[in-house]
Amino acid sequence: MSIETGTPAEAPAPTSTPEESRQWTARVRHAAESAFPPHQLLPDRQPAYMASWIYVFGVLTVVSLAWVIITGCILAIMGPSWWHVSSAGHLVNSLHLWSVEAFFFFMVIHLWGKFFMAAWRGNRRLTWATGVISFLASVGAAFTGYLSQQNFDSQWISTQAKDGINSTGAGAVWNVLNFGQMLMWHIVLLPIGVAAIAGLHVLLVRRHGIVPPFDESDADPAPATASAIAADEPA
Amino acid sequence: MSHHKKPRRFKPDRDVKEWKGAYVPYDILKEAFVAFLAVAVLIVLLAVVFSSPDEPAITLKSWSTIDPVDFAQTAITELDGTSATATYGPPYNSTPDASQHIGFFEPDQWFGVHQPIDTARDFVTGPLQTLPDQPVTEAAIALYQHSTAAQQAAWTTAYEKAVANATDVNGRLHVPAGRYGPVGLMVGSLTAMAQTGGLDGTLLSEGQFYNTNYTKPLLFLADGTYLSDQAQAQHLSGDQWGMMNETGNYPGQAWLWLYTMWYQVSPMNSSANGDLEVWVIMMVLSVGLIFLPFIPILRSVPRWTRVYKLIWRRHYRELAGT
Repeated sequence: MSIETGTPAEAPAPTSTPEESRQWTARVRHAAESAFPPHQLLPDRQPAYMASWIYVFGVLTVVSLAWVIITGCILAIMGPSWWHVSSAGHLVNSLHLWSVEAFFFFMVIHLWGKFFMAAWRGNRRLTWATGVISFLASVGAAFTGYLSQQNFDSQWISTQAKDGINSTGAGAVWNVLNFGQMLMWHIVLLPIGVAAIAGLHVLLVRRHGIVPPFDESDADPAPATASAIAADEPA
Repeated sequence: MSHHKKPRRFKPDRDVKEWKGAYVPYDILKEAFVAFLAVAVLIVLLAVVFSSPDEPAITLKSWSTIDPVDFAQTAITELDGTSATATYGPPYNSTPDASQHIGFFEPDQWFGVHQPIDTARDFVTGPLQTLPDQPVTEAAIALYQHSTAAQQAAWTTAYEKAVANATDVNGRLHVPAGRYGPVGLMVGSLTAMAQTGGLDGTLLSEGQFYNTNYTKPLLFLADGTYLSDQAQAQHLSGDQWGMMNETGNYPGQAWLWLYTMWYQVSPMNSSANGDLEVWVIMMVLSVGLIFLPFIPILRSVPRWTRVYKLIWRRHYRELAGT
């Protein structure tokens, strides 16, 4: 076995050999480059029909989630009891609460907007599904936050919610009365889940772009004639 | 932009025609940065103006001090096994016919008892036995435990009748005399123990120094009426749209409105299986929302309602003008 000297003249050629292109690493890179070319990942232009305020609510949801995470990280740095005994902590808790309220407010408007656009059209069904799943995961994340407050609200909400959870059998392993378990779900597991699925959702939006408007010839108000309209236009 | 290997019939609720129209410059990162700052201003304003609620937790000490009668009335139901927790079923115990079910669908039975709780031992006799130098209390517990079930039932029944007329005399429990044997002493000692704060620590303890599991003290607390009375006063009870609210005038978990709504309507609002019924409905609706693009009729609602005409009104106006 020889020792390579590694001079610049011996640097690998920019094009891959057939052997290199079979590498797992190379295959993943090629797939990623193909799925998310830079101009699609960070576009500098959009279709002209994107001229509505409703499009703002998607980005407002994402930046609200960023504030939820930032304020949550400050609470995590200082520990779960800090906000009960410190006015600065209480302010950060208030910021956390209102960023969550803003997040859900924007997300629900975004969801309804996408529903009325039928934004799943054109191979965007997975984008729709990841959006709904991230909404449901966010409900769980917020719920465990309420259980982790260590105050009267936590006591009441947990003792009320246990009956629903227990009736499904999930209470056997997911005990809403166990503060330590709920805190871990709130600050570790569910945030990872929400961030991952929301990240995938945003990537899918970039991959497929925003859904075009209905062609007016498709837009029949009456279900009775919908099939006739659907049939008039082969793909 | 759908790419199909084989041409298939165009369905307007599934397919789109590729956009051949104009594109306009759009700085997506600048938009995100401006939105980030705008939301910062919004949440700072809301936090400064409205703050956030932090109603202190109720302790067993505060409950037994403020309302010793309710505490004692709850404690006797823990001892005689008639409390909500004692008769709950899975995951706390295996009380027969306690599981919620829809026909044969009885999911909590599949998992069984995973947080075992014997209310007489865990909430009453066990904590009392941790008290040091209490020979009279120890003797009362021994007498109770070594008596027949019939004798125990006679004592607890007599105490339940007596404690129904108990009074709070300057924070001390006063129960009318009766033939309730050692039970009066046991419940009286437990009330006194709770008033010192000792019961809070004992119920939380799992035999180690650090503890984070509040299952036992929360269940005991929820078995009384004191907690629910406080919640009622804070407009938080089930018929007041319950747990989606929080103390004070805050929005709470408004996104749970649909889940909470099912608890307000028949038959769920009076059904013994109401929790399971609501959860099944919500699971079906949640899965339905995920798969909405595949559901005929529902996926056509956006096209039929024509709300999109409002969203893309500039686009359609320009189309009409050309």
